[in-house]
Amino acid sequence: MFYGTSLSSRLMLGTAQYPSPAILRQAITASGAEVITVSLRREGRDGAAFRDILAGSGCRLLPNTAGCHSVREAVTTAEMARELFGTSWIKLEVIGHADTLQPDPFALVEAARILSADGFEVFPYTTEDLIVGEKLLEAGCRVLMPWGAPIGSGQGLRNIGGLRSMRAHFPDIPLVIDAGIGAPSQAMLAMEMGFDAVLLNTAVAKAADPVAMAAAFGQAVAAGQVAFNAGLMPSRDMAAASTPIFGLAELVP
Amino acid sequence: MISVLGEGVAALCAATALSARGLAVELVVPQGSPPPASRLAGGMLAPFCEGELAPDIVVERGQAAADWWQQQAGGVERRGTLVVAAPRDRGELERFARATRGHRWVEPEGLEAELAGRFARGLFFESEAHMDPCAALARLRSRLIENGVAIHDGAPSGQIVDCRGLAARDRLPDLRAVRGEMLEVLAPDVMLTRPVRLLHPRFPCYIVPRGAGRYMIGATMVESARPGGVTARAVMELLSAAYTVHPAFAEAEVILTGAGLRPAFPDNIPAIRREAGRLHLNGMYRHGFLMAPVLAEELAGMLTRELVDAH
Repeated sequence: MFYGTSLSSRLMLGTAQYPSPAILRQAITASGAEVITVSLRREGRDGAAFRDILAGSGCRLLPNTAGCHSVREAVTTAEMARELFGTSWIKLEVIGHADTLQPDPFALVEAARILSADGFEVFPYTTEDLIVGEKLLEAGCRVLMPWGAPIGSGQGLRNIGGLRSMRAHFPDIPLVIDAGIGAPSQAMLAMEMGFDAVLLNTAVAKAADPVAMAAAFGQAVAAGQVAFNAGLMPSRDMAAASTPIFGLAELVP
Repeated sequence: MISVLGEGVAALCAATALSARGLAVELVVPQGSPPPASRLAGGMLAPFCEGELAPDIVVERGQAAADWWQQQAGGVERRGTLVVAAPRDRGELERFARATRGHRWVEPEGLEAELAGRFARGLFFESEAHMDPCAALARLRSRLIENGVAIHDGAPSGQIVDCRGLAARDRLPDLRAVRGEMLEVLAPDVMLTRPVRLLHPRFPCYIVPRGAGRYMIGATMVESARPGGVTARAVMELLSAAYTVHPAFAEAEVILTGAGLRPAFPDNIPAIRREAGRLHLNGMYRHGFLMAPVLAEELAGMLTRELVDAH
């Protein structure tokens, strides 16, 4: 449950950088995503035409504060998003470094505290750091969004051990892998590890065929979720034949 | 009489194609019309590069543009397009090569000596061209006047061909604005002879030589109908991208900044539409100079046949 909302598709799709809004809409449909993110910082209030296209998709909108570098920018953008989209959901990004786009955890926690107190339901884009995660929960967040890798890098899950620890440390908190996913196999791995959802944008938007890639990610995320729920077998050091060797017929010519 | 509304690239191409078929044409520019977005265009005739994002129909049909412009306005420079990326963005170049055709791998310094030592590899789209878009529009306009086409702000008196760009949103509800921001600089220390595109995951740019040391640097793409001048962010991004291409751009004189609203349909493909008895040529998006000629010819052909059939 993400702030009381249950989602059957666990793929969340970003809406930037597509060849056209028409292709974006087809990609959303092909992916099966029920939540799409939308940025506001640069487009401002005058992006109504594009917002209407997104609203027409029927998906739940998760506005974000992409491009914000300070607490005040992020809070202002979140307030504008709530007013324009009529939702208290906000994907909170406070960027700490213009080149690596990594989150600024200190500003993130502060902004999360202000927004949570103001009634927002905050989806914070964070690192896999456990202490930052705890501070975000303390600030009022009920979902955490650790990165897989830097935004748009397509590197996949760069710190698998750290992400496993995070999953184990916050067993009851919905955890969404956000950013850095480049291939469906990486999204599936995140789901197989027990993460609750995957959020991505560039890997679909910049594919040669975004609609086909959206479908591939939808299937991968669904497969990973089913696999996790089905219970993956542990890996073993030795071979373990699936057919017993004793009693095999001895076929002598 | 055919009344073409507007004065941007779509309107001037439509009026030119109609007039060339011997049809009576007037150009109607209502008072208070916003200046056309095409005055800020790059003027690149680059169908293959546009194929990175644009569908095949733009790549295929856009190839006719260079000949059309040369014939109607002259001034087309056929020197191709050079595409480069910073060493750490090599992957962008590979991706661009896969997404496009009509190119070959080159050492950029072989084409543009000024880029020596800066880029090890680039893509060369040899068949592409560029021109000065404002000069070309002025030439079409004066040729229309020479050919007896009236330009006025009164009431249209014939079949309407609506080429008003974004102002036609009152009749085309799915038309939207995609804001674009550009700069023009005077950089006499830079000697580039053809359009150069810099690929970058966040701040791509293109640089189009305008002659006599002038360069156009463009252009942002923002899903917004915000009017008003360029943002500081756009200037920073465009100039830092240009600086990556050639450090001497840091010493350039900024002689013009411009922000305009591109009219676009949901599929970003320019189109002819017929709504309530009027023809629309609209949704030029970032393909006005590439697609307006071919669509104008198509529209003129349609209207000529209809007029013949009506008699």
